[in-house]
Amino acid sequence: MSPPLEHDCNVLTERICSATAAGDGILNLKETELRLGLPGSESPVRDDKVGLTLELLPPKSFFTGAKRGFADALDAGAGKWGLAAGGGGSEKEMSKGGALFSPKREGASGGKTTVLGSAAKDEGTKAAGRDSNISVGNSDEIQREIAPAAKAQVVGWPPIRSYRKNTMATNPPKNKEMDGKHGFGCLYVKVSMDGAPYLRKVDLITYSDYKELSLSLDKMFSGFTIGHCSSQEIPMRDGLSESRLLDLLNGSEYVLTYEDKDGDWMLVGDVPWKMFIDSCRRLRIMKGSDAIGLAPRAMEKCKNRN
Amino acid sequence: MDRAFSWVAAFPDEVWEHTFSFLPTDADRNAVALVCRSWHRIERLSRRKIFVGNCYAVEPAAAVRRFPEVRAATIKGKPHFADFNLTITDWGGGAGRWIQSMAKGWPLLEELRLKRMVVSDDCLEIAARSFKNFRVLSLASCEGFSTAGLASVAANCRNLKALDLHENEVEENCINWISHFPESFTSLVTLNIACLDGEMNVSILERLISRCPNLKTLRLNHVTPLEKLVGLLHRAPQLVDLGIGMLIGEGHPGLFSKLESAFAHLKHLKNLSGIWEAGPLYLPAIYSICEGLTALHLCDSSIQTPELSKVVSRCKNLQQLWAMDLIEDDGLIAVASSCKLLRELRIFPSDPHGLAQPVYLTQYGLLAVSSGCVMLESVLYFCRQMTNSALLAIANNCPNLTCFRLCIIEPYTPDYITQEPLDAGFGAIVELCKDLRRLSISGLLTDRVFKTIGASANRLEMLSVAFAGDTDAGLHYILSGCKKLRKLEIRDCPFGDKALLDNADKLEAMRSLWMSSCSVTLGACRLLAKKMPRLNVEVIDENGGGSLESWPDDCHVEKLYIYRTIAGPRTDAPPFVLTV
Repeated sequence: MSPPLEHDCNVLTERICSATAAGDGILNLKETELRLGLPGSESPVRDDKVGLTLELLPPKSFFTGAKRGFADALDAGAGKWGLAAGGGGSEKEMSKGGALFSPKREGASGGKTTVLGSAAKDEGTKAAGRDSNISVGNSDEIQREIAPAAKAQVVGWPPIRSYRKNTMATNPPKNKEMDGKHGFGCLYVKVSMDGAPYLRKVDLITYSDYKELSLSLDKMFSGFTIGHCSSQEIPMRDGLSESRLLDLLNGSEYVLTYEDKDGDWMLVGDVPWKMFIDSCRRLRIMKGSDAIGLAPRAMEKCKNRN
Repeated sequence: MDRAFSWVAAFPDEVWEHTFSFLPTDADRNAVALVCRSWHRIERLSRRKIFVGNCYAVEPAAAVRRFPEVRAATIKGKPHFADFNLTITDWGGGAGRWIQSMAKGWPLLEELRLKRMVVSDDCLEIAARSFKNFRVLSLASCEGFSTAGLASVAANCRNLKALDLHENEVEENCINWISHFPESFTSLVTLNIACLDGEMNVSILERLISRCPNLKTLRLNHVTPLEKLVGLLHRAPQLVDLGIGMLIGEGHPGLFSKLESAFAHLKHLKNLSGIWEAGPLYLPAIYSICEGLTALHLCDSSIQTPELSKVVSRCKNLQQLWAMDLIEDDGLIAVASSCKLLRELRIFPSDPHGLAQPVYLTQYGLLAVSSGCVMLESVLYFCRQMTNSALLAIANNCPNLTCFRLCIIEPYTPDYITQEPLDAGFGAIVELCKDLRRLSISGLLTDRVFKTIGASANRLEMLSVAFAGDTDAGLHYILSGCKKLRKLEIRDCPFGDKALLDNADKLEAMRSLWMSSCSVTLGACRLLAKKMPRLNVEVIDENGGGSLESWPDDCHVEKLYIYRTIAGPRTDAPPFVLTV
């Protein structure tokens, strides 16, 4: 008997995919948002103003109607949002995008800087600048509501060491008026694999679902994994792959686990994606036999969270 | 022997050797080695330090053979942009072959410094066992090893003075590796474990510190609780360089005065680094040591500018300040008025992806520091706005700048007041700062800035360019100018084939060139590789490798890494990296 949680996840998954597939428009996506609990019940939802993922929740007021492909979204927004090239995932695609999408120079500065520019015309008086900065803050906030979901991140930009990024990701700056969310749009976690000589690191923010993560890890550890190969042939119908990963458990030699904030090792795929990236501290691809004890504990935890 | 060089025999070899020991740089020694055969021989047999800027430029065995008496080696691996994940994992930079050759040829090696290399536990084990006089191990931005490897270093290197782990990716599978230092081990002078994530057994650490009276540098990792830190500090009052890891304030009273007294005992402290999570209330605990500080690297996420300014204004002798942009313009103004000896300023972004409220850090902050701190030489500054006039003023204020790296976070950002490109500003920097050796440019830039850089930046050795330029001419200006250019790294610029091919010779005079997301085609790479046999032209293909021959000439090259080498194409390249 499958645990109710898993069932819910699947149900929600299907609804999301049918919504986007049918081009239902973006208006009612909130209902199909991934969350724990039965559909319709209230439960804390992560504040999506901090746009850590792309695609699922594009700005409501900006787009109209039909589902937009990733490329379309960028095209429309290129001028407004400065450089908007895709991050992570397939480098090659991004590169082509990067070349095509270089934003027009006239409006090039992108949302934030033009706002700053117009507000701070008077370079002389700092006080004035300060005041206008505050109003900048407000309009900036509005900009942020629109921008983040579709503003993708360029790989390797700004040029800060991922090491440093990680430090700040675990210690987000407690800025004055901040909502208390991560100030950082990236989260590097180490991925280790039993038997592999090196650690890798991945930026979880660049993936939008388990499937992408799984594919990427598969590529990275392709010399070692056996069971994950089949995930590439799975058709897109099903979208998210929480259930897929659990299925793979039975078939493959290796399973993907993660260490969460509390230091416990859990199976990847049990919780909705956003919750996962919020709590994942590191990943480990371990032998299937070692992971057997993890499943019941994971379910326990999820139940407790409810 | 050549009649013309008979004067060489006027002095015995030892005299020449002694003379050469005064030569400050490797370049000087290289020049000396070219004078005549005798000098070549004497120089190579007496060279004690070797610096290999690109581990693939030479075969390890050849380097070891040529300089058999080396005692200190520094080797660098991956290109700089690997730090920002622009290369692929598994790109290379393995230290294995080097360590093996060194173990055979340099058994008396004392110091090994590796940067951006992949170092396995085996490497560490071999090094620990082979080098009987091993004194210094420094690994910066490396990966591939675990704390088990560190354990074997601890266990086997009886006379180790320095274990310096700087920003490495370390697998932590051996929790008490520190306990592998034997009880008889007392020689430690530097211990930098800031990059380790895992819990450290503090009492073992305490015992280690207690029995190493010469310990001068201690950089802890981030999980050391405050109470324990206090204990450690009491055991090492002679510390000169302290990294507090991540200092988290804990509620109970009395802790503040303990911390304050612990710091007060550190009468010799010059460097303080770490992440201050303890909040502003604990900050006064470090007031007593501020005056002695010459370097302060504080990533603070819990301190507002006023409190930070109070710290900074007490640091009258500060020469190096690394801080987050949360210091804001006001904080930098405090720096400008108090830290008159400041030489190096680095400001990092707390919110690089612009997801939070912007901080009040603008060009004013840098301008203030440039005008208040006349000794300023090195700048790394992340900000969101800049103007040409500010850059001009900075250049005028600090003509002695040797390193200027400005990163305006949003690409293509113009002068925010005039909306013009920042060509004039950066142009002023290169024209007025004649000793500039390192430059990173950003913001909206046209080909004009490259013309100026090419023409004026005569001492420039390293240039980083991103999202800049209009045409190939930009690259051409750089490659045909910049006489001393050694490293050039470029991303997302419209630079292409012609500039590369027209300046092929220049590439051999440089250490390396990295180009990604530019407009280079495979055909040009092929031509270049054919023309310049002593260059490795490496193309990174992320789609799984495959045969290079089958691709057409007009195929776009996404990532290109060109470097000079006498070792030929490398043999350890993964399938994604293809040498043309």
